[in-house]
Amino acid sequence: MKKTRKLHASHINMSHGSGGKAMRDLIEDLFVSCFNNPQLNALEDQARFDLQSLQQYGERLAFTTDSYVVDPLFFPGGNIGTLAVNGTINDLAVSGAKPLYLSCGMIIEEGMPVSELREIVQSMKAAADVAGVQIVTGDTKVVPHGKGDKLFINTTGIGVIPQGIEISASRSKVGDKVIVNGYIGDHGAAILNARGDLALDVALETDCQPLHELMSVMLAACPDLHAVRDASRGGVATVLNEFAESASVSIRLEESCIPVRNTVRGVCEILGLDALHFANEGKLVATVPADSAEALLNAMQSHPAGREAAIIGEVVEGPAGRVVIKTGFGGERILDMLVGEQLPRIC
Amino acid sequence: MKFVDEFRDPDMAKSLLDKINQIVKEIPRCQQRPLQIMEVCGGHTHSIFRYGLEQLLPKEIELVHGPGCPVCVLPMGRVDDCLAIAEQPNVIFTTFGDAMRVPGSKKSLLQAKAGGADIRMVYSPMDALQLAKKNPDKKVVFFGLGFETTMPSTALTLLQAKKEGVSNFYLFCNHITIIPTIKAILDSPDMTIDGFLGPGHVSMIIGQKPYEFISRHYQRPLVIAGFEPLDILQSLYMLLVQIRDERAEIENQYTRLVPESGNRQALQAVSEVFELREFFEWRGLGSIDHSGVQIRQSFAQYDAERHFIVPNLTIADPKACQCGEVLKGAIKPWQCKVFGKECTPETPLGALMVSTEGSCSAYYAYGKIDVDNL
Repeated sequence: MKKTRKLHASHINMSHGSGGKAMRDLIEDLFVSCFNNPQLNALEDQARFDLQSLQQYGERLAFTTDSYVVDPLFFPGGNIGTLAVNGTINDLAVSGAKPLYLSCGMIIEEGMPVSELREIVQSMKAAADVAGVQIVTGDTKVVPHGKGDKLFINTTGIGVIPQGIEISASRSKVGDKVIVNGYIGDHGAAILNARGDLALDVALETDCQPLHELMSVMLAACPDLHAVRDASRGGVATVLNEFAESASVSIRLEESCIPVRNTVRGVCEILGLDALHFANEGKLVATVPADSAEALLNAMQSHPAGREAAIIGEVVEGPAGRVVIKTGFGGERILDMLVGEQLPRIC
Repeated sequence: MKFVDEFRDPDMAKSLLDKINQIVKEIPRCQQRPLQIMEVCGGHTHSIFRYGLEQLLPKEIELVHGPGCPVCVLPMGRVDDCLAIAEQPNVIFTTFGDAMRVPGSKKSLLQAKAGGADIRMVYSPMDALQLAKKNPDKKVVFFGLGFETTMPSTALTLLQAKKEGVSNFYLFCNHITIIPTIKAILDSPDMTIDGFLGPGHVSMIIGQKPYEFISRHYQRPLVIAGFEPLDILQSLYMLLVQIRDERAEIENQYTRLVPESGNRQALQAVSEVFELREFFEWRGLGSIDHSGVQIRQSFAQYDAERHFIVPNLTIADPKACQCGEVLKGAIKPWQCKVFGKECTPETPLGALMVSTEGSCSAYYAYGKIDVDNL
């Protein structure tokens, strides 16, 4: 048997991206030995799939890509690696697809400690195992110091959509209920706090988790889910605005029904920000037929990823693309997409 | 959430609203025209929209959104001065977040940052001082902005810098004071305000006394108000009781935070570091005498205006902008010619569209329901 090459450097340098021996050391010792599956171990330029083996899951492929540039790389509850795996899995899952394969492209800044890179790669493997997906192809580039920000990861995912599922933002109908699968804003608040500028002494963790199992549970309870999206950047507010625009409907939310942790509310209160605009990494928003909403909610709450699921509003008649939120006071305000960056208020 | 939810209780709000609805019936003159109540502070404006309070009030009350948003009243020329400093070599320019988007005559700080200037967002001037200590080979400039609320923390930072002998820290001082501005509004010929909600956090520093001229010389009532929805409703009710009883007094609703004589230590720090400017330019309102502060001679080494060469030009607002009229309550945000057309939160022309505390931005984000029905 061929001996696996060993990576001896303590920090990544330009030679690890040069295509030579150092790069082979990095790929074999770090990526191949960790991700470890027949497709990747073959060290071909591409992964190859037997189409028939895919067809057992359904007849349509779902295909998605996402790049991860989070700063800091490590934060409470996860790191850029867990994000890169779960994020792409979730983009597949919300179509109803069974996620199967991922690619992994890494752009590493010269000087990155190998120990940190190893930890991230191991987290990716762990996350992929939990979700039952394989990382079957990859690419590594190294950029000079100052030309990147430690590490960027791109993952592309392939999944298969079972027959009879037709989830689309455009399918939201007047009368539909709007459901989220739990506390919103955890990831955004955790990242803000992990940057350290605020020095808040609070327990805030990312909600990073795969959603494909929860989606299976949801589809079993309600095969006719209308629209589902995972509420990552831009938060729940952005997804709902997309739904309303795409289906030419209005959406009305009930503020008191939206699950937000007290710690996250606290961060929002201090900075004058809105949890509905905070990023999530394990939260989906769905519009579902009203008559199956309660049963669906019960099913979701039986799964760990949906324990705090809640109905937060409904699709209503009104101007296309409008999302309105009813405050605890009975007043109403528009919930728009985020404009620019979230910037904290002065005072 | 403790100490927050108590002040957002819908049942209590309802009973306050009932009382408000009742008392307006006892004020005959509001049957001819609505009572105009100005909330001076941008924090109040934000809460009013955030909780949809305006829609819950009877038609006899019209809220006028005042000048108390420091980002909104920052003139373009000062933003240009910031950029001139920030774009010099070896400078780290630090600022509060929501000042990043304010448009200068050519660009905003956010755009300058994208263009390569080292501009960083901080949460406190002390963070900027830390940055100076960590980067002794750089000049770190803090963009001091805000009313009496933020002035003490800037003053304390300069005192700290002096104590520690930090020599690469500078303050670009744009702090302003609220009292001369209220006076300017009261003196303006088109003034029709019947009463004021006083700024809670400013008052926490300056106390109650500085407002007395409002009741004495202008016979208008003012109630210092907190920022939660119940605070605002209760303060409105207190104002209405005064108006019904034909009183004009300074009252304090926000007693849990505002002591009658303010915060002596904070005021001490402020007067040690700052002195009144002869005048300061306000966006939309023009030049107002003694409405800003500058760094005293004894702290001159920290003064960015003395250290750096800044253009210091007065740049006229875009002609179509009606920020001034909105600030004085002469027109509503949506009555401005460019509101929601050329001027939106994505491409703000006037500063009132920039900060979430600006009344135009608040109307745009939260109030579209009314606008569309016009």
